[in-house]
Amino acid sequence: MIEMHDIWKTYPDGTTALQGVSVVIDRNEFVYIVGPSGAGKSTFMKLIYREEVPTKGQLSVNGFNIGKLKQRKIPYVRRNIGVVFQDYRLLPKLSAYENVAFAMEVIEAPKRTIKRRTMEALELVGLKHKAGSLPAQLSGGEQQRVAIARAIVNNPAVIVADEPTGNLDPETSWGIMKLLEEINFRGTTIVMATHNKEIVNTLRKRVIAIERGTIVRDEMRGEYGYEI
Amino acid sequence: MRFSTLVRHIREGVKNVFRNGWMSFASMGSIVVSLFILGVFMLLALNVNKLADQVESQVQISVYLQLDTKQDKIDEINRIIGRIPEVKKVTFVSKEEGMRRLMESMDDSAKKALDGYENENNPLPDGFDVEVFEPQKVAYVAKQIEAINTTDADKPILGVKYGKGTVEKLFRITNAVRNIGLIIVAGLAVMAMFLISTTIKMTIIARRREIGIMKLVGATNSFIRWPFFVEGVLIGLVGSGLTSALLLYGYSRLIQSAQFDLGLMMIKFATVGEVGWFVTGTLLILGTLLGIWGSVVSVRKYLKV
Repeated sequence: MIEMHDIWKTYPDGTTALQGVSVVIDRNEFVYIVGPSGAGKSTFMKLIYREEVPTKGQLSVNGFNIGKLKQRKIPYVRRNIGVVFQDYRLLPKLSAYENVAFAMEVIEAPKRTIKRRTMEALELVGLKHKAGSLPAQLSGGEQQRVAIARAIVNNPAVIVADEPTGNLDPETSWGIMKLLEEINFRGTTIVMATHNKEIVNTLRKRVIAIERGTIVRDEMRGEYGYEI
Repeated sequence: MRFSTLVRHIREGVKNVFRNGWMSFASMGSIVVSLFILGVFMLLALNVNKLADQVESQVQISVYLQLDTKQDKIDEINRIIGRIPEVKKVTFVSKEEGMRRLMESMDDSAKKALDGYENENNPLPDGFDVEVFEPQKVAYVAKQIEAINTTDADKPILGVKYGKGTVEKLFRITNAVRNIGLIIVAGLAVMAMFLISTTIKMTIIARRREIGIMKLVGATNSFIRWPFFVEGVLIGLVGSGLTSALLLYGYSRLIQSAQFDLGLMMIKFATVGEVGWFVTGTLLILGTLLGIWGSVVSVRKYLKV
């Protein structure tokens, strides 16, 4: 599903974020990416959804060679990757329903399909009854649920979640984790960067630890391993 | 592209125009100002052209002969004038014809003053209307005709008349209007384009988040660009439509109020019907092109898709 081979990433300002990262993430895996701030987690995530291109090395996602991808092919690769952020990134003027449907509109899905899939996604995240609410009228947890509904509405093979519980209180965070687990259970690969020790240590999954741009630890059913 | 997608792009473009209220207003304003000035120059040029046509057709040379010139002399002079290479046409104007023309140019009350001067009392001389190929040659040809008197002992030419200087002046004015207008309009068009592109840049900046999300969920570049294109076209179209309406309304009012004064001076304005379609069409096309240009510039510059 995701294969990295000796990936290096140096930004134009000279900082090197990743130094020779090699990893294979299989279909249907649930992987935590942990490590101190500035260790290269975000770069790792951005490479997967082609926000950044590796300076060196081979990267394939879902069978696409990301490094050599032609500019106009990028949109089609992204349609197979759902992305969830710490700050939700919803459009404030659109309702929950419209935010989710937006992801299907921009890929020009037929109207009827949009309606059906959007309602299904909202139902899955448990927000069918709040379809008409604006983001400002929703709690943080609910907003993140809408963001997750948007990420899954196009049926992606992978969900990349960059600290999805970073802004949420513990109880709400657990709700989000249950939801991601459910999505993973239905067959979607999940790569999630997190600082949440409790979640990683309780909901045991594969843990990849990145420090100073390299993978220092990769364990099945691993632990968080840091104090904070 | 699906039809529903096209509808969406147009809807989004329209929304953008309203979301950017003041900036859209400003760029429409700049289109209105620049196209309005262009329009004024167009109308000016069209009218000067029309005037030039009128004057050109009037700049025939009127040749008057001595009162008792004999028929064979008349024929001879007719031939001499006809042989001047610049001359297009020579028409004999009898004194009866001259009287008829004089009556025609006067209104009824003035005509009464001419009562009793018809037929054998006609005081007018016979003459010729001479047309030349190029209006610029009028003065030269007039001199040639006057020169007949130097070779002919009878000195049969009483007088030669033409609109001295008016033609030359008119041509200079037409050219000047055209050139000055072009320069001003080009400058204003660049300004309008710049404002439109700034407006669309504002849209792009204001909607960076949305564009980012669109990219993230896999929208193609053309899908992202379309609404901005529509926005540019709309601003251009509405701006130029407004300009045309404003310009033609103002022009029709101007004609109405000036008709009486200028009518006395024998100057005829081009009517709204004559110039309306041309002016409106040109302005609409230019406005739309400006809008497209502005949107393309800013999309290329600020929308790194």
